[in-house]
Amino acid sequence: MDSKITIRIDGELVKADRGSTIFETAKAAGKRIPGLCNMKGLKPVGACRLCMVEVAGVNRLLPSCTTPAQEGMSVTIHSARLDAYRKQALELLLSERNHVCAVCVSNGHCELQSLATALGVTNVRYGYRYPKLGVDLSHPRYVLDHNRCILCTRCVRVCAEVEGAHVWDIAGRGIHSMLTCEMNRTWGGSRNCTSCGKCVQVCPTGALAEKGFAVEEMVKRTTSVERLAVVRGGSR
Amino acid sequence: MSGQAKVKLATAWLDGCSGCHMSLLDVDELLVALVERVELVYGPLVDAPEYPDAVDVALVEGAVSSVGDQKLAQTIRAKTRILISLGDCAVTSNVPSMRNTIPVQKLLERVYIEGADAAQAIPADGVPALLRHAVPLADVVKVDIHIPGCPPKPGAIAHVLTSLLDGKKPELTGLVKFG
Ligand code: SF4
Ligand code: SF4
Ligand code: SF4
Ligand code: FES
Repeated sequence: MDSKITIRIDGELVKADRGSTIFETAKAAGKRIPGLCNMKGLKPVGACRLCMVEVAGVNRLLPSCTTPAQEGMSVTIHSARLDAYRKQALELLLSERNHVCAVCVSNGHCELQSLATALGVTNVRYGYRYPKLGVDLSHPRYVLDHNRCILCTRCVRVCAEVEGAHVWDIAGRGIHSMLTCEMNRTWGGSRNCTSCGKCVQVCPTGALAEKGFAVEEMVKRTTSVERLAVVRGGSR
Repeated sequence: MSGQAKVKLATAWLDGCSGCHMSLLDVDELLVALVERVELVYGPLVDAPEYPDAVDVALVEGAVSSVGDQKLAQTIRAKTRILISLGDCAVTSNVPSMRNTIPVQKLLERVYIEGADAAQAIPADGVPALLRHAVPLADVVKVDIHIPGCPPKPGAIAHVLTSLLDGKKPELTGLVKFG
């Protein structure tokens, strides 16, 4: 059986590896779909909803990072409708917590912030919630600032799937969901954390950072973790 | 353009640090063109006691944090054709919003009583009351264009103003960033 299949992306015929997702197929063909939770080497979960695409014959939008490419599929990855939905999804992420880019360690190096620029988000049309959220400073080397977390679960997955420590989980439901360390321990009190720093590097925002960095100074190194994740066989 | 009436431009400074006004002054050569085509009718840069009628464009810096900010924002909206929120404080509430998780009374006590060595008293005379939250301008009045950035890039301000002067709709995708 041929290991390649053919699908259409925005009208163009594209070869795909059997078993790969729409997201991966597009990327391999040099077409970028925006996304904040998906990361090479980690199991896709479809948490951020920014990679939504239209598939001909399906009357709802599908997250491209979790949807396998199938022979003969016709996929739209860019359209006015998708742009509008992606903008909405991103604005909702910004409205949920306290994003104050001007004083954030990740200012200028943040995936959420740069995606806002790319999508043309100039303001948030939903009321900001201004939740009162904590900052965990208990780890000797790293900081967790819930104010900047978008619940993408990259940290959860990299720690469990690549480092094998499984320090992080998401607790709560819906708007009350929170990143939690080992059944509600402080990060500093964690029994499993090896201080490898992988979660910090893959976090797309300023929610996880190294200590000792000031505003704009936290630059993440995702590619090395991606490489390691692929080698250690997270998913593929 | 000569012979045509000048475009009436106003600026206003709500709860912000004046950095956005600094960015406005940083638009370099555009300032020269602006002088020819624009009349500055209100704001910290000119001496006008009252917000005038029939303003064409207003650039508003700062979050809406007090009853005073709220009133001025409403006045500006009522008398202005195109209202622009200038900079992150006006667009997102930004740094001023960092007080929003603390109730106003607690905040004032912390700053003016616990935090003061002498004259421990919460100021009441002549200062407008704080709102429960410092909010974006668009939470209080309809805003037509948003120029985010802390401070907003002079290039983005220049793009918006020249587009408007030329009767075009500004397109800010890729040109602006929060922070
Ligand atoms: S995490 Fe990103 S979007 Fe949030 S405040 Fe920091 S730089 Fe801004
Ligand atoms: S530093 Fe490493 S072991 Fe510790 S929580 Fe992060 S990924 Fe897990
Ligand atoms: S801490 Fe960072 S990586 Fe973890 S869920 Fe939040 S935003 Fe994602
Ligand atoms: S990248 Fe697909 S849902 Fe986040």
